[in-house]
Amino acid sequence: MSKSLAGAAVTQTVKVRRSTRSSYVGVAVFAIAIAALAIGPFAFLTKGNQQNLVTLFTYIILGTMWNLLAGYGGMVSIGQQAFIGIGAYGIVYAADNLGVGPIIAVPIAMVISGAIAYLVSFLAFRLSGGYFAIGTWVIAEVIKLVTTQITALGAGSGISLTAFAGAKPEIRIATVYWMALASVVVAVLVTYLLIRSRLGAGFTALRDDPTAAATLGVHVTRSKRVIWVAAAMGCGLAGALLAANTLRVQPDSVYSVQLTAAMIFIVVIGGIGTIEGPIVGAIVYFALEQYLSDLGAWYLVILGSVAIIMVLFLPQGLWGLLSGKGRIQLFPTGYRLISGPPIAEGSKES
Amino acid sequence: MTTTPLLSVRGLSKQFGRVITAEDLTFDVHQGEALGIVGPNGAGKSTLLNLIGGVIEPDSGSLMFDGQDITRLGAAERAKSGIGRSFQIPRPFTGMTVFENVYVGASFAGDTRGQAGYERSYQALETTGLLHLAEHRAGQLRLLDRKRLELARALATKPKLILLDEIAGGLTEREIPQLVETIRQLVASGVTVVWIEHIVHALVSAVDRLMCLAEGRILAIGDPSEVMKSPEVIEVYLGSTMATAEDI
Repeated sequence: MSKSLAGAAVTQTVKVRRSTRSSYVGVAVFAIAIAALAIGPFAFLTKGNQQNLVTLFTYIILGTMWNLLAGYGGMVSIGQQAFIGIGAYGIVYAADNLGVGPIIAVPIAMVISGAIAYLVSFLAFRLSGGYFAIGTWVIAEVIKLVTTQITALGAGSGISLTAFAGAKPEIRIATVYWMALASVVVAVLVTYLLIRSRLGAGFTALRDDPTAAATLGVHVTRSKRVIWVAAAMGCGLAGALLAANTLRVQPDSVYSVQLTAAMIFIVVIGGIGTIEGPIVGAIVYFALEQYLSDLGAWYLVILGSVAIIMVLFLPQGLWGLLSGKGRIQLFPTGYRLISGPPIAEGSKES
Repeated sequence: MTTTPLLSVRGLSKQFGRVITAEDLTFDVHQGEALGIVGPNGAGKSTLLNLIGGVIEPDSGSLMFDGQDITRLGAAERAKSGIGRSFQIPRPFTGMTVFENVYVGASFAGDTRGQAGYERSYQALETTGLLHLAEHRAGQLRLLDRKRLELARALATKPKLILLDEIAGGLTEREIPQLVETIRQLVASGVTVVWIEHIVHALVSAVDRLMCLAEGRILAIGDPSEVMKSPEVIEVYLGSTMATAEDI
């Protein structure tokens, strides 16, 4: 770096680092984990395990999507169940009515969710803050009511996914499991690459201050729409996986606001505004649900208490604690200025 | 001046309810010029910058910038066309580092990505004396550094025109000269500046022309010392024709 040609003055270029040492470790650990999970159905995962893991993968996708919305886009939505429901009905419609294979039906369900989200954005984006939050919930309820009017989709009683009928249970369960594993990897990776891209810096800026972001050239509404549609497609993906896992879609369950409550819980517990946080949060939420849901109402009391304690004492979430307040970054998105030309005199003053 | 103005404001008006904050404003800003704006609270100074920067839309009137009609362009488009600005109350992106804050300006409005964007961000930090804080969270900065960050972000967009809204406001007497000097250097380097300031002595010493606003109208515009001697300007500032320019 300090060598120069023909003895000319040494100029050190500005160096910015985007990866961290922990990110290399992170890539390795995740690659191994994904490889192990991929061969799981052949080796150590029972059918029940696989179905449970599909639920966990779905939670990771949902947490990642709510984090994308609120943690990077500054949009606190409590109506994401709309797109989960559309995704769930979307896979049934595509697979059973259009007759495409279940694997093709998943992206179709995502596209339907994204397209409806795009149209809804023109209404929802007229609102902001608390009005936006309630508005998204109202929109979700309207979408649910519209769905229950469509007899082809089973109206109020719901519909079953029959595309897998005839397949052996172990084949069907493993297929859905691999679909879910591929989906969670793609969803987290795409979100990460989006946040890490130049657009991602603009998202974070508009989350912190939309007016200032606009005066620095960030197209605020356009950027928010990109996030909104991407998050809806992710929720649609999760909805499709839920339907494929349970083979049954009922309006009261797939359009339940409880799903968005779970998304918020996952993000709050794991840590908002990081890629890692929702993964950690989803694992915790999944574990609590597995071990405590038999407790009935007490389960909800415990969930609520955990959320309150986290918000009060650990606002950065569990990942904030595990990462040593951000010292460890498995998915770094920032720009670290490492070196540059010697600092000029004027810059040293404070 | 015979050259085409960089910014032409024609008949610009804006009303909030019954309050008129800009009334038929018409003036030009020439390339390389520093135009100062003074006026009492509520005179419409910040509204004028918001109208030029595209943060708010005018009720009527037009804006030409660098040969282009920008009246209907949004804030982001105007930033891309070369208008940078600082806010009276700093608006840092608190979740990002100082360097990242500046890189947003360089990579979006400045349209320089990757290495070129890093270099431009670095230069903006160096110019504003913020390099030693590059890796700090913007939310942790004290006021002077927040003001510097406003300036650094605007500079990183490589503006042809920079709008400064009370950049020296709230600073101590000791801090003001440092910042004024930075802006003087900017003007000397050829950047056109429109600068609102309550601290009139800081402004008068650094600008080519001065404009005084009151109740959304232009009271006087021209040579800074002439404007400050104008009886109307003295009256709106002190409410009395007995006051002299030295009192301001």
